[in-house]
Amino acid sequence: MAIKQQKFDPIEDATFQVANKNRGWSQKAREGALKRLSTMGMPSRRDEYWKYTNPTELLTEKLSVSPVVGLEDANIFSELDALKIVFCDGVFNPDLSDDLAAENIIISRLEENGDLHWAKNYYGLLEEKAQRPVSRSLAALNTAIASDGALIHVKGKVEKPIQILGIRNNTAEAILHHVIKVEKDCSITLLESGPFAKRLNSVMEVFLDEGASLEHIRAQGRDHDRLAVTHVFADIKENAKFKSFTLSANGMLTRNECVLTLSGDECAAHVAGASVGDGKSFHHDDTVFITHDAVACESRQVFKKVLRNGATGVFQGKILVKEGAQKTDGYQISQSLLLDEDSQFLAKPELEIYADDVACSHGSTSGAIDEEALFYLCSRGISKNDAADMLTLAFLAEAVEEIENDKIADIIVEKISAWLSRRRN
Amino acid sequence: MLEIKDLRVNLEDENKEILKGVDLSVEAGKVHAIMGPNGSGKSTLSYVLSGKDGYEVVGGSVKLDGLDILEMEPEERAAAGLFLAFQYPVEIPGVGNMTFLRTAVNSQRKARGEDEISATDFLKQVRERAKSLQIDAEMLKRPVNVGFSGGEKKRNEILQMAMLEPRMCILDETDSGLDVDAMKLVAEGVNALRDAGRGFLVITHYQRLLDHIKPDVVHIMANGKIVKTGGPELALEVENNGYSEILSEVA
Repeated sequence: MAIKQQKFDPIEDATFQVANKNRGWSQKAREGALKRLSTMGMPSRRDEYWKYTNPTELLTEKLSVSPVVGLEDANIFSELDALKIVFCDGVFNPDLSDDLAAENIIISRLEENGDLHWAKNYYGLLEEKAQRPVSRSLAALNTAIASDGALIHVKGKVEKPIQILGIRNNTAEAILHHVIKVEKDCSITLLESGPFAKRLNSVMEVFLDEGASLEHIRAQGRDHDRLAVTHVFADIKENAKFKSFTLSANGMLTRNECVLTLSGDECAAHVAGASVGDGKSFHHDDTVFITHDAVACESRQVFKKVLRNGATGVFQGKILVKEGAQKTDGYQISQSLLLDEDSQFLAKPELEIYADDVACSHGSTSGAIDEEALFYLCSRGISKNDAADMLTLAFLAEAVEEIENDKIADIIVEKISAWLSRRRN
Repeated sequence: MLEIKDLRVNLEDENKEILKGVDLSVEAGKVHAIMGPNGSGKSTLSYVLSGKDGYEVVGGSVKLDGLDILEMEPEERAAAGLFLAFQYPVEIPGVGNMTFLRTAVNSQRKARGEDEISATDFLKQVRERAKSLQIDAEMLKRPVNVGFSGGEKKRNEILQMAMLEPRMCILDETDSGLDVDAMKLVAEGVNALRDAGRGFLVITHYQRLLDHIKPDVVHIMANGKIVKTGGPELALEVENNGYSEILSEVA
């Protein structure tokens, strides 16, 4: 076979993968995604939507194999009694996972063959809808070639939180696609953590029926060489409530996109993030797009970033209020605490409103540690380092407070404190 | 206990002398008051003593129980027993009042090589001391000074003082922004802490606070120096005749 040195083309690679492997019930959706992808092309720095984050590293072929991160390290929620669904190198691992059979919930994996599956009508649906007005090629790529994922159907009261946990062993790349459907008036707490791979492309599609609720708490950390692009899509029906919180630490390049549609009256969507970055190689991007398409819905975005030693933080947040989405209550705040002059925060808050009876607010700030507050704490006997950590935690608190479950919020605070004190040594 | 000798201080950014040779000694068990017109250097003195940035000591010395505190960081001065009740207490969103108090108490204990206070003992002490200052549970739970009224902020300062049990207390214009009732409450809190082992330096513009916190010694400060020292009657003289008469007398 002739070897021809060529630039790696993700679309060509995806085309090859889709054509050469029949994935059963998801095959049709995968072919559709590939078609979209071919039309859209891959993102580049020239795209307005990628103005602040260079996607190149998310698209290259060769990645060096990274150090192993095991289960112990990956599971920051280990003190919680949760039902674990473990993916190792991007593939479901039944040995490390708990028994997936539980009351009122059906959990299966994406790589289940056969033609009949409840998720058939949902896989890729929200990703496809979210391609307008802005292309999200990496999500389409994910739908086309995802190697595995969790399919979760909630039909009643679920006792334990469900946890999606990732570990890595020897593969550099993982492409996971999860579908979560929560039936009317049912609820679920979903935890997600772990270094799934050196490079992770993850999509989560969430369908909330009337009165349903989902609280998603995610932790990204421990993997210092992480390259990740994640998409959370949700469709939120009447009176339903969607909550998502992400803690990010370490890593190199992380782009977390969250695309939510409030499509039923009086529903709510809260998305929050706390990230702590240290060093020039840290680049964290939160991109949020919230569409209000029903009456009297509420949305909140609360994003806080602590950056030092040349770290970069990005926030792009948009609230789109469609015609007829009256009584909309939209709130957005993005703030950064810059611990030195080398670090930077780039923010692009946007509002686009086509209804006339709405309350929408947005704010974005960047600042240093408040010297007056620092002196006040020190004058009471608290060391300068401890005082600075207290103020840093206080800064992040507004985002962490978005977590409804106090026990989980405490774990997150503990992790941030540990991270801060480790950085002192 | 607190010995200030020929203290000379410049503003760091400009070559402007604010304190021009301050001499002052506060003995344990005594309350000293410093009075003086605006701009005389009273607040600067309190900041320099507590170790705030932005001031340059160009001469003189300050010793607390024989230790040179000018060489210490603010937190070391606090652990050594110095406490400043701020004229404008700082609001700190996101830091709970209780967490703050407990961290402060334990940081000082740790610095002195003592064990941390147990959670139950701490809670008991805070509740008891907060009650006498009419600080309710709600205020203790809130972030430090956030949304507190002027009076609440000052009472919170005194609560911190009561919990930290400093050797040397400096009160910077604690009466500013207080109505008569609030001032009385604050003064009672201060008086409850008076004892033979503790010294006080009360900085004030007006005599009225000194009706409630009776000083042993009164100093008049003007233009960066102590210009006159006397007994409590000196405060009354200021009240009756204003500063100008005293200042022209010493000029």
